[in-house]
Amino acid sequence: MITIDGLRKIFTTDQQDIKAVDDLNLSIKEGEIFGVIGYSGAGKSTFVRLLNRLEEPTSGSVVIDKQEITSLNTNELRLARQEIGMIFQHFNLLWSRTVKDNIAFPLEIAGVAKQEREARVQELIDLVGLSGREDAYPAQLSGGQKQRVGIARALANRPKVLLCDEATSALDPETTNSILDLLVDINQRLGLTIILITHEMHVIRKICHQVAVMENGKIVEQGDVLDVFLRPKQKVTRKFVEQVMGTPGEEESITELVEAYQEGKIVKLHFVGETANQALISQLARRFPIDINILQGKITQTQAGAYGTLFVQIVGDPAECSRALAHVADETSVEVEVIRDAE
Amino acid sequence: MLSNLFPNIDVQDFWVATYETFYMTILALIGTVIFGILLGLLLYMTTKGGIWENKYVNWATAAVVNVFRAIPFIILILLLFPFTEFVVGTIRGPNAALPALIIGSAPFYGRLVEIALKEVDKGVVEAAKSMGAKTRTIIFKVLLPESMPALVSGLTVTAIALIGYTAMAGVIGAGGLGNYAYYFGFQRREFDVVFLCTVAIVIIVFIFQFIGDRITNKLDKR
Repeated sequence: MITIDGLRKIFTTDQQDIKAVDDLNLSIKEGEIFGVIGYSGAGKSTFVRLLNRLEEPTSGSVVIDKQEITSLNTNELRLARQEIGMIFQHFNLLWSRTVKDNIAFPLEIAGVAKQEREARVQELIDLVGLSGREDAYPAQLSGGQKQRVGIARALANRPKVLLCDEATSALDPETTNSILDLLVDINQRLGLTIILITHEMHVIRKICHQVAVMENGKIVEQGDVLDVFLRPKQKVTRKFVEQVMGTPGEEESITELVEAYQEGKIVKLHFVGETANQALISQLARRFPIDINILQGKITQTQAGAYGTLFVQIVGDPAECSRALAHVADETSVEVEVIRDAE
Repeated sequence: MLSNLFPNIDVQDFWVATYETFYMTILALIGTVIFGILLGLLLYMTTKGGIWENKYVNWATAAVVNVFRAIPFIILILLLFPFTEFVVGTIRGPNAALPALIIGSAPFYGRLVEIALKEVDKGVVEAAKSMGAKTRTIIFKVLLPESMPALVSGLTVTAIALIGYTAMAGVIGAGGLGNYAYYFGFQRREFDVVFLCTVAIVIIVFIFQFIGDRITNKLDKR
């Protein structure tokens, strides 16, 4: 769907050249939600602007749906942009227009007839859940509502791709979640490819299928969200994973656990994209004559299922305990690591 | 009553003078809007990082604006006499004042337009570009509507300066309240005429200010 090859952007200042995006290669599949994460200054904002040439690339190519964006002339680029939606951190709505007229704006640009425009606008207002606020001005809306207008506007011309430039960074956590839910909903309903950049791992975890980590203009790590969560290779990636999972500091706390709970086995359960056995603990307790005590842990949900670790204490007949653990290891994708066996 | 308080006022002449002041102000204002917005847009669009970025055009426009703003208005009128005579065919009366009034105030308004356009959120312009808008669309559907309250309040300020200019132009033969106050009031030492003309001009200024403020408030949805 989207192929990026050797993409480079160098800003030339009097003192030095700044490589904002440095030899980037990516391939993004149709219908995917692709996240790019990085700290500010990593070049991710420049990267997303290179895709629709709001920034002109220094070199390299961007191909979206078989169309080479980087070789279009001004007029062709204008038409291509009508098929690439974009939403922004600060919404960028026209304050002088109502919700309805803001959403109609890209349709006016595309030369859609008035009647058709009105029907489409109403459809979009319903889609993003703003019914009843058609005639409000942006100043009368909350941040979340403004971003909904931004999304409706971006979708007006039925784009193939939606670019999200820090779309939730100006919103509070609760509103962020509702906007992310809306994006997932749109992705599933319309099969729209979404590229989003963010500095919040929470956003990646919640909605992305694929993630790329950017640092100093380069992609330093890339892959399935779960894989990256599970095996972060780079230091910067580990820091992002900790944003969601908390700092490990496991060594001390495990020793403490082992000392505090003298009885039974202490086991670490590692959930990696488990979707079928969400009720694992209660299933085990029902199936085997054992007691399970949850000691510590954190589980979080990603698009590919649950991810995280649990430390549990299992008390009961040693043979039953072993059978229970064998069951977990064989029947589910949860990884089992025995920290301390029963004496 | 008017004739008791102001014994030297010829009501007919006074109304003609008031009418001429309005006439000059409004026609000059129309010219100022057209040329001021053109100048302001040119300054804004050709500036560094602008859509039509062009160092030379920007420099030349800024130079014209600065030169005409630097010339005192009374001297500008004298300087423009040959031009006025060529364009209007006479150097007397309200119509003859128009070229000088427009050339005097359009650069001033142009700067105010430039400031108003600079206040438009860059992100909104970027959003319009990302939707594939033509430059013309960006100007007429984004830049001008988004800066409209500032354009109108700038125009109010300009209109009030223009009323002052018409009075100056009046002294050298353009007609209007300035003309009336100078020739019939000051030169004949009939100060009730000067006083009434002052009151009339102040009232006109207040009317423009009031209308301008109302429109600005109505337009501003921020």
